[in-house]
Order: sequence, then structure tokens, then C-alpha cells
Amino acid sequence: MERHNLDKALVALVVVLMGVGLATLYSAGQTDVPSSVADIWKRQLIWIGLGVVGALAAFRFSPRLLEWVAPAFYGFAILLLIWTLFFGVGGGTASATKSWIGIFGVRLGQPAEVAKLATILMLARILGARRHPPAGIWEALPAGIVAGIPFALVALQPDLGSAIVFIAILFGALYWAGLKPSLLLLLLSPGISLLLSFSTWSWGIWIVCLTLFVLWMRPYILEGLSIWFANAITGAAALTLWERLQPYQQRRLLSFLDPDIDPRATGWHIIQSKIAVGSGGAFGVGYLEGTQKRLAFLPAQHTDFIYSVVGEELGFLGVLVTLSLFAAVIFVLLRVARKANDPFSSMVVAGVAIMLLTHTIVNIGMTIGLMPITGIPLPFFSYGGSFMLTCCISIGLVLRVSWEAHGLRHLNV
Amino acid sequence: MTWFHPHAVTRRADAGRLVVSLLFIVLAVTFFRIQVLGAYHYELESKSNRLRPVPVPAPRGLILDRNGVVLAENVPGYTIALMASDADSLRRVLEQVIAPIANLDSLRIANIIRRFRRAPHEPTIIRRDASFELVSALEESRVRIKRLVIEPQPKRSYPHGSAVAHVLGYVGEITEEELATDQFRGARGGTIVGRDGLERQYDATLRGRDGQRFIEVDALGRTVKHVQEDTIPAEQGDTLHTTLDIELQTFVEEAFPDGWRGAVVAMDPRTGGILALYSSPSYDPNLFVGGMDPEIWRSLSRAADNPLFNRAIEGRYAPASPFKLAVAASALRRGIVDFDSRMDVPCEGGMLYGNRYFRCWREEGHGELTLHEAILHSCDVYFYQLGLRITLADLLSDGAAMGFLDPAGIDLPDERTPIFPPSVAYYDERYGPRGWTSGVTLNLAIGQGEHSQTVINVVKFFAKLANPHGAAPEPRLVLDDASAEESSLGLTAEQLAGLREALVMVVEEGTAVGARLSELRIAGKTGTAQNPHGLPHGWFVGFAPAENPEIVVGAVVEFAEHGSSVAYLVTNIIQRHFFGPEVQPSPVIDYLLPSDSAPQPIRILPDSSLTSRTPAEVGVGGAAQPR
Repeated sequence: MERHNLDKALVALVVVLMGVGLATLYSAGQTDVPSSVADIWKRQLIWIGLGVVGALAAFRFSPRLLEWVAPAFYGFAILLLIWTLFFGVGGGTASATKSWIGIFGVRLGQPAEVAKLATILMLARILGARRHPPAGIWEALPAGIVAGIPFALVALQPDLGSAIVFIAILFGALYWAGLKPSLLLLLLSPGISLLLSFSTWSWGIWIVCLTLFVLWMRPYILEGLSIWFANAITGAAALTLWERLQPYQQRRLLSFLDPDIDPRATGWHIIQSKIAVGSGGAFGVGYLEGTQKRLAFLPAQHTDFIYSVVGEELGFLGVLVTLSLFAAVIFVLLRVARKANDPFSSMVVAGVAIMLLTHTIVNIGMTIGLMPITGIPLPFFSYGGSFMLTCCISIGLVLRVSWEAHGLRHLNV
Repeated sequence: MTWFHPHAVTRRADAGRLVVSLLFIVLAVTFFRIQVLGAYHYELESKSNRLRPVPVPAPRGLILDRNGVVLAENVPGYTIALMASDADSLRRVLEQVIAPIANLDSLRIANIIRRFRRAPHEPTIIRRDASFELVSALEESRVRIKRLVIEPQPKRSYPHGSAVAHVLGYVGEITEEELATDQFRGARGGTIVGRDGLERQYDATLRGRDGQRFIEVDALGRTVKHVQEDTIPAEQGDTLHTTLDIELQTFVEEAFPDGWRGAVVAMDPRTGGILALYSSPSYDPNLFVGGMDPEIWRSLSRAADNPLFNRAIEGRYAPASPFKLAVAASALRRGIVDFDSRMDVPCEGGMLYGNRYFRCWREEGHGELTLHEAILHSCDVYFYQLGLRITLADLLSDGAAMGFLDPAGIDLPDERTPIFPPSVAYYDERYGPRGWTSGVTLNLAIGQGEHSQTVINVVKFFAKLANPHGAAPEPRLVLDDASAEESSLGLTAEQLAGLREALVMVVEEGTAVGARLSELRIAGKTGTAQNPHGLPHGWFVGFAPAENPEIVVGAVVEFAEHGSSVAYLVTNIIQRHFFGPEVQPSPVIDYLLPSDSAPQPIRILPDSSLTSRTPAEVGVGGAAQPR
């Protein structure tokens, strides 16, 4: 039996990211016009401390225990989400959204973050239990339900940005469980249909392409038909769905397509963020020196747009370094997932990887106008207790998986 | 095959790595495009985001007199402004802290708050011309007034005050309407521009070029700090060298009888340079600097004696007897008379013309006179007949040729055009073709009737008489090379000398005999302008030394009745010009002589003139009464 090894690379990467993140958060608080976020880095420091404790605790859990406890944890998280739906409070930079659980006015945390972890564990349990990859869409249905429930509950808050993370986790998990890419595409098709329904022409072309694709793939007839009808329904219902979106969500989507539609309001965020990032140039204006940030042109600079501060103050060089750090973390997670001892552990690590990847790409993409503004935080950078805790616990779990894999490696690949 | 087979997992992990790499590369490329390729563009955007240009007011150019004495300068002034977050807190600070120190009343506070509402993110200006004392008092309470902004701003100052008010004018903040005009091209809102006088006439020269600096503002537009970079310093305006003699000018102010209205213009006939130009009553132009107190403005603009009115160039008076020189010049030029010519009708206190009796100012009459004597005694009857000989049409065309139709052309704004009938058609238009008689010729010949002139224009005419060649340049406060010679009177040197000699005799033994100086031969002419609104105005226009004139002085004193009293004032000024500071202003002479009604023409027959009224009856004038 080999010696257990702590994954030092992962620990180092995460510690460096947390350090850079905390330094950026400190800088984000240094504005010329004093604001409430000036001292927020101190509270983040407390959350990091709690996160380290959480990671250590998670490291103590064996995967077997986790697999056993997953349904209960998942159920608890769902209950919390339902509770939030009825008794939730708004807060922070998204005060219109009732996404917090509070007791006697004290905000405790955002259950959506806990639910992400619970969903990862539950998906790992049901997909890890399978010997073979889901052969068709029906076989992927249980996984879809596991992710769909928290998705719906979070979307109802309404917090579409966080809700989409559950969909990303589902697709990542199905991919890791071996679902054929063509089937993934079919699963994804109703969403594409929704996006393309803004114009009759684009939607018509899409439906024709889909029909040809289904005929070429020849899935089970029932599956093919239901996918086709799902596309038709989402396309037809697009307008109704659009109208049911909150006005701020509509504006966000529109100004993603064209920030100049509304440059003083919703488009403002994207425009100002791009100005901040662009004025950073190749080497940045210097740590703590960002004028866009300093003069409060950057919106939500401590949460959603914290990466703009990195872009402005550290420049393209700083961006390259931090992007590499994030990419390295994902690569390490993929390696751990690949070398895990058992399907459940591998699934958990893959789920964590897809969650962190989604957050990173969507948040950073948002600061440069590649993604619509969804308000999901950047791991280890954005201020936020629940998410920091979730990330730390996830990393703790991954470290445990990695630790065990070194000990019981039976196949060297 | 199980999905967890190592080969399958490895394959998916590799594909996953590829996808992850692609995603991060897309991000990195986009950052590269924005940060490296677009850096310049976004840097500019960031600057225009946060930097707001603020003009740095340029100090105005100095105005100097002919000897380099400063007439208008800039002294350190302070603008006091306050940055406030909302109107309520501004009102609180103003009422509780600043009002007791800066002496603000509720009206001013209301004005300041209105100004704040117009531009809530800029510092709201409280006072533009704060004194050093006020600034230091406010500095002491800076603890209680946190966002106080005190900025040095050059402040206009006129050391000689009211003495030169009508020459210099004053300055004020540009108005919205003025911003649109060509006169103030290059000015922007808040610029201090010339409001009157030389300040306005030469505003473009004096204004200089405003500089620019930047203030950094935050996302809400609040000023954060001043930025040094990219500052463009302000350029002071050019210095204006005037022809004014400030010593003579202040002497004129002192010599001018207190409480009387009128104007004095002193000019060098050779160059046209104005030595003194004074209008009474005057005002202190320093009161206008930094925004005038509305109450003072009201009292100035509504005062019955209208101190803002420049009587030297805007006041129009019947030229009266001084115009007889123009009539004489016209007759001489046309060869109608020479200096020894006598008229058909000797003066017996008046003459009959048409159905009316036109009186001379001297009831007992002058007897038979030559032209020389007629000028000397200012005999009206002589000039009635001379006017008739010239004929109305020729008199009008000669008057126009001598410059009585056009403004003198002084380089001051608002000079009024004289009233002078351009042709006979004028009378037809005004009274109808049959509505007037040639009696108007008689009135015109003695400088009355439909005729009024500014002091400056009469002075210009006398400068032509004074100059050896019978021509004079346009009057100028600032000499430039471009001022062209005016057309000449067209008289021979002998004729001019004869006129000058007659004018000398006016002072030596004629109507202005009391004003003669033993040490200097002064030529001049008195006049009494009939005033339809009340008592007549007194004229005197003179030049000296008579042989080779260096100065022409013209003066009008309103309601002074007699030009001979005004003559004392003028000879006093001439004396001061030649003999320096030891000359004292002469004691005030009684400018008002009793019981001298203006002699209106007496109607002889109850005739058709009930329907055809003469201008005299319309109330424009009667006859001159010089002394």
C-alpha cells in the first residue's frame, strides 16, 4: 500500500488564487468616495477562515460516507430552497432577488450555493451507480430530474444566472458519465431553439436542421419525437417566456446584444467594465491605482465585476496570469477526476470542475461583454460567504479524492 | 464497456481539457483585443469618463493712459464656491454658517440655491469677488464648511473710479444672448466680458485666452480632485494704450460743476487722440465687478439723471451758435460772402421773414455787422440772412459734407448718429410737402431746428477749424495707423485763419469775454441750445493755442442756459492742459442766469400757418441766445 499524498499543486493553486482574490477585493474597496465595501475584505478574510475549516472537515469525509449521506443532503438542500422561495430575503448586489435565508433579519446564506454541492453529490450517486453510460435520453431522465428540481426552484427566486449553473452541472455530469455527444446536443436543442426563436427565419432553419439531424441519428422514435416537439414548443413559447421575464432580465439580455441600447443604465455596466479593462492596457495602471474603480464607474466591483479591477490594475499580464491559474485548477480537477478510485468520487470531482468552470467563464466573460450579465460570482475573488464556503468544501472533497487515489492506485494510466 | 473504464475516462478528460483550453483561449484573445489592441481607445474613454475640463479665466489686458498710468488692472480676487450634495444641506450651510460671515440675505441665498439646481454636480458659486478678509474668515470656519472651494480669480479694478467710467466702461459675466453674437466670439459661459466703453469696444483685444485644466470626477459627477496633467495656462489679454491723459481727465471731473449734468470732450486735433472724455453724472465702475448688487443697479439705472448715459457720445443737443461757424464756412466756400460782407437788413433785435418776426438773442440789436463781427457777437439776424443766401438745399448738403450727418466715429460703442436733415425731402416727409415754410432755413442757420449733435461730433468739427488744412482725423481713444483723414472743409488758408481770428475775438472781446486767459490765446464759440423739455443747455467749444492748436475742448452743461458760463469750465481745462497741476479748478460759477426766456419767432399775421405749422411751433427750437 502506497503512501497517501496531499495534492500539493491543487492546494498551492487555490491558495494563490485566494490570495490574489483577497488582494483584488481589498483594492476594490479603495475608492475615492468612501463606500460600504471599503472594509469588505476583512469579512471575506473571515469567510476564507471558515472555508478552510470547511475544507478540512470535508477532507475528513470518506467518499463512502458522502455517497451514503448524499440523498439526505440533497433533500435538505431542496427543503432549504423551498423555504427560501417562501421566506427568502433579498440582499447584497441583487436585492430584488429573494435568494437569502435569514433568521430574525440576519442573513445566513444563499441556499442555492449549498444546493449546487448537493446536486453534484446526488448526480454522482445516481450516475456513479450505473455501470454503463445512459444509452438514451430516457435513461438520463433521473439525472435530469435531480438537477431540474433545484434549477426550477432557483429560477423561481428568480435568479436565472445561478439556475443555469445547475444545467451546466447536469450536462457536465452526463458528459463525464459517457452520454454520447450527439445525445447531449439533442438534449441541448430545446434551449438553442429558444435562443433562435427571436426571428422566424433563424428558427425555421434550426427546425429543418434538427429534423435532418434526428433522421440521421435515428434515436428511439419516441425520443426523437419528444425532442422535436420540445423544440417546437420552446420556439413557440419563447415570446410568452420573454414576457414573463423580469424587466431587468430582459434589459440585461438586450444590452448584452447591444450595450449602447441603454448606455446610462443596463448597458452602463458592460461599457464601464470594458473601459476599465481596456484602459488597463498591457501592464495595467498599477495595483490600487485603477481610476475607473476608484471613481466608482465600475458597478458591483466587489462581486460581479471584480475581475474588471484585475483587468484595469494589473493589465493583460495580470489577466493572463489569473486566467492560467483558473485553467490550471480545472486541469488539476480533470486529472483528479480521471485518476479517482471509484465512479462516485470521479463524478464528484468532475461536477466540482464543471461548476468552477461555469462560474469562471461566465463571470469573466461578462466583464468583457462575451456573456450576458448574470451576476454569478467568480470563485475565490467575488465577495460572498456562501459561495466561498461552497468552493472551499468542494476543494476539500477533491483533495480527499486525490489523497485516496494515490493510495489505492490499481491501474496506472 | 463500463463508462468508468480508464481509457474511456482518459479520452473524455482529454476532450474536456481541449474544450476548457478553447474556452480560456477565447477569453484571453478577447482580453488581448480589448487591452492591448484597444488600449488607446479605452484609455481615452476612461479619461473622458473621469476628467472634466474647467476653464482657467484669463486675466484681462491692462488699459493705460498716454503716459502709461494704469486705468484698468487686475487685482487678486477670490471666487467662493460650495459643493453640496443636495439643496437642503446647501441651504442649511448657507443660512447657519456662511450667511453671518458673508452677509447674505435671503434673496441671495435663494439665487445661490437656484444656481445649484442648475448644475448640482459643479461647485456652486457663492461670491465672485470675495475680499481677502472674507476669504480668511471663511477659512477659519472651514471645519464647519467641509466642501468649500476657494479659487483665486483675477478681478477687474479701476483705480480712478468714476473719473473714467464712461471711457472704460465696465465688465460683467457674459449673457446667454451675447454668447450667440459675433462680438464675443471665443467666449464661453461664465467668461467676463466688456460691458461698455473701451472694455467692450476692445473686448477681443483685452480678453486674452482662457486656459484649461481638468478636474477628476467620480461616476456621479462629483469633483474629486484637481489634476495637474494637460493644464493649458491662461494667456493675459493685450495691454491697451489709450490717448487719454488721466491727469486732465481727473481734473475735468473735479472742475465739472457738482450736481450738474453734461459732458466734456478734449481732443488733440492733430491726431484725433482723445485727451479727456467725461460725462456727468458718472458712476463707479468698480461696483459692477463680480456681479452687481441688484439694488445698486436699480438705483443707477433708474436714477433721473441717468449716470449710465454717456452724454459725450450719446447725448444729442442742438448745436446752436457753434454751428454758425459751419454756416459761415459754407458761405465762404461758396464765395457768397467774405469777412467784410454785410447783410441787407441790419440787426435791430430781429427781422421779419414771411409772416413772422425772427428775433436776435440781443433785443436791442447789433446794428450793421460784417461777417467777422457777426461771429464775434453771434448775431442771429446776420446768420438768418446768410442761411437764406446759401439756400436750404446747399446748407444741408454742405452740413452733410462737413460731417454733421454722420457720427464722429470714435472708438467707443453706442455713439449716437446726429440728427441732421439729409436733404429738403426730409421736411416734406416730416411735415408734408406744404406743411413747412423756408423759415426752417433761418432756424437751421443758427444751429436750431431739426438738428442735434453729440459733443464729440461738434468737437470734431472744431478740430477741422483748428487744423491748418481744415481737416481732422476721426476721434480715437486708441490710435491705430488706419485712421484716415476726413474730408476737408474746403476753405482756403486765409478763410480758415479769418474764422480762427474771429473765434479768438469771441474769447477776447465777444460773447465769452469773461473766460479769456491772459497767458494764452484761446479761440472758441459759445452757444445756448434751446431745449424743448425745459431750460436751455450751455455750449462752449474752444481750441488753443489759437495759432497752432494742440487741444480742442467742447463742453455742454445741461440747463446751464449760457455758453459763456461753460466757457469758464473749458478755458480752465485748457489752462490745466498747458500749465500743469498747479492750475486749480476754478470756483463754481453761477451757471444759471435769471430771467432769460428763449426768443421764439413772433407771428405777425393771423395767417394760414394755423394749418401750416413751422417746426418752431412743433417745439423743436427757436433761436440761439449766446453771450
